[in-house]
Amino acid sequence: MSALIELRGITKIYGQGQASFKALDGVDMTIEQGDFVAIMGPSGSGKSTAMNILGCLDVPSGGEYLFRDVHVEQLSRNERALLRRHYLGFVFQGFNLLARTSAQENVELPLLYRGESTEARHTAAQAALKQVGLEGWGHHTPAELSGGQQQRVAIARALVTNPTILLADEPTGNLDTKTSNEIMALLTDLNENKGITVLMVTHEPDMAEYAKRIIHFVDGNIDSDVRKREIT
Amino acid sequence: MLWSSFLLALREIRRNLLRSFLTILGIVIGVSAVITMVTLGNGATQAVKNQVSSLGSNLLQIRNGQRMMGPPGGGGGGGSPPFSLEDVAAIRNQITGLAAVAPEVSKSATVVSMSNNWSTSVTGSSNDFFIAGSWKLAAGRTFSEAEEKAGQTVCLIGETIRRELFGTQQPVGESLRVNNFSCEIIGILVSKGQASMGRDQDDTVIMPIKAVQRRLTGNQNVSSIQVSVADENDITSVKEQLTNLMRERRRLGDDKDDNFNVQDTRQIAEALSGTTQVMTTLLAAVASVSLLVGGIGIMNIMLVSVTERTREIGIRLAIGALEREVLLQFLIEAVVLASLGGLVGIGLATLASIGLSQVMNVPYTFNVGINLLSFVFSAGIGVLFGYMPAKRAARLDPIDALRHE
Repeated sequence: MSALIELRGITKIYGQGQASFKALDGVDMTIEQGDFVAIMGPSGSGKSTAMNILGCLDVPSGGEYLFRDVHVEQLSRNERALLRRHYLGFVFQGFNLLARTSAQENVELPLLYRGESTEARHTAAQAALKQVGLEGWGHHTPAELSGGQQQRVAIARALVTNPTILLADEPTGNLDTKTSNEIMALLTDLNENKGITVLMVTHEPDMAEYAKRIIHFVDGNIDSDVRKREIT
Repeated sequence: MLWSSFLLALREIRRNLLRSFLTILGIVIGVSAVITMVTLGNGATQAVKNQVSSLGSNLLQIRNGQRMMGPPGGGGGGGSPPFSLEDVAAIRNQITGLAAVAPEVSKSATVVSMSNNWSTSVTGSSNDFFIAGSWKLAAGRTFSEAEEKAGQTVCLIGETIRRELFGTQQPVGESLRVNNFSCEIIGILVSKGQASMGRDQDDTVIMPIKAVQRRLTGNQNVSSIQVSVADENDITSVKEQLTNLMRERRRLGDDKDDNFNVQDTRQIAEALSGTTQVMTTLLAAVASVSLLVGGIGIMNIMLVSVTERTREIGIRLAIGALEREVLLQFLIEAVVLASLGGLVGIGLATLASIGLSQVMNVPYTFNVGINLLSFVFSAGIGVLFGYMPAKRAARLDPIDALRHE
């Protein structure tokens, strides 16, 4: 079986000419189905850029990105949107929930774009909320929820479509240690029991410990790639 | 997707209720102004048509002078000889296909009954006058042949005279004092209401023409002749015959212009309603400028809205919304806003039109065409002015949009 994700010599250059800046410099990476990868590195090391490219939000300046043998770098903007819609789930540092919109509706949002019926959206959203331990909180708006609860809603929103990969960009960046550990436990559970591949950017070594594999970025390339646990 | 975008749009509008209201105000004012102008204009045109047709159907008026449009009842043109009863007889004898030929001479006079007096216009004519003018009797009778021939002092009165002089009393058989002679009231005419330019058609007293000539004007002149044509299709040929006959009787050579004119009520109606229609179009055009302004208002607010909701757009794009789905969402919001303005405008216009048509004394009819057109037009404005902001939203880069504070 071929790898879920394969990066070959990915480069990303911002700006032009003298002012140009190489954020990624020939990155090679392979991620198998069911892995839990923590991407670490100092600011400006290119980890966020790598994450954006992995998440199909951005396109590389050079190199090849194969997602399930599909050349993502050749896809149009709309084709990448469809890829995100069907295979990817996103969790952001700032939660990025729609304000003044109930948790339930936030979770239903991705299903709306998949054209699912009201009935199906309700059921799926409730199941996803239950999965992240927020059963019965559906009618609350983000402003009425704690940071940890908001991040759980965001995870539920990412989960509701049964994604192949969950991309988490500093998911615990705005949370205290206790809540952070709860969120990490949740992600670990999803990875081990649901078989969802998790890619996470973090700068906290404690949080990276939850992952099966830790990749360090320095100056736009991979510095170290350490496997901690085998993929089950 | 369309339906959920529609619901989403409604929610966004409700969320910013005051702002939404102010946004659509321009459209509301524009739509209601256009509809009100057109409705009132059509009402005015209709009123003019009604009034002219109430003058009588298939009616031709022969007046002295060369003016095409004289004031109502205005007589003698400078220099040209007056008409006479012989002219009337000649028309009656030599032209076929006529329903009525009525001579007319008018003079203002003060009429008195008991202690009430009233200043009015007394018209001398024949029984044909009632046929030509589509007058109906409310009570009494018309002139007898003997009364017409002898020019006896008998009269029929209009509704206004009856009301002003007799109130609740029955006037038929009573005597009416006209200036310095008295005449017997033999009939009452059914009310016709106001004619063009506010003239009250019911403010009238009709007498045999010979009585008016002898007692009031003191000469044998006839100021105008009304000819009612039996068949509408004959109007043009009758008009031509009348012209030729009058030219002959007045011995006008081929090199002379007519010193009289034959007017057709239809012509008058067309001229008058043409004027009102031009005014209507002009006012509606001015009002539609405010629709344009309203559209710009919507574009402005939609641009603000897109900036405000950049993060939301980023989230939607990140979870897999297509460009056209985001475009559609904002476009629908703009269209819903604009259409809402259109609906409110139609409501307002209906109220304003009903109220104003009563004040202006014109008939009110709900004009489906213009209401529908205004609604579609306002929705169109939503599309036109909502497209640019929606396009801007759809083109946002998801990464930048998510970072937007």
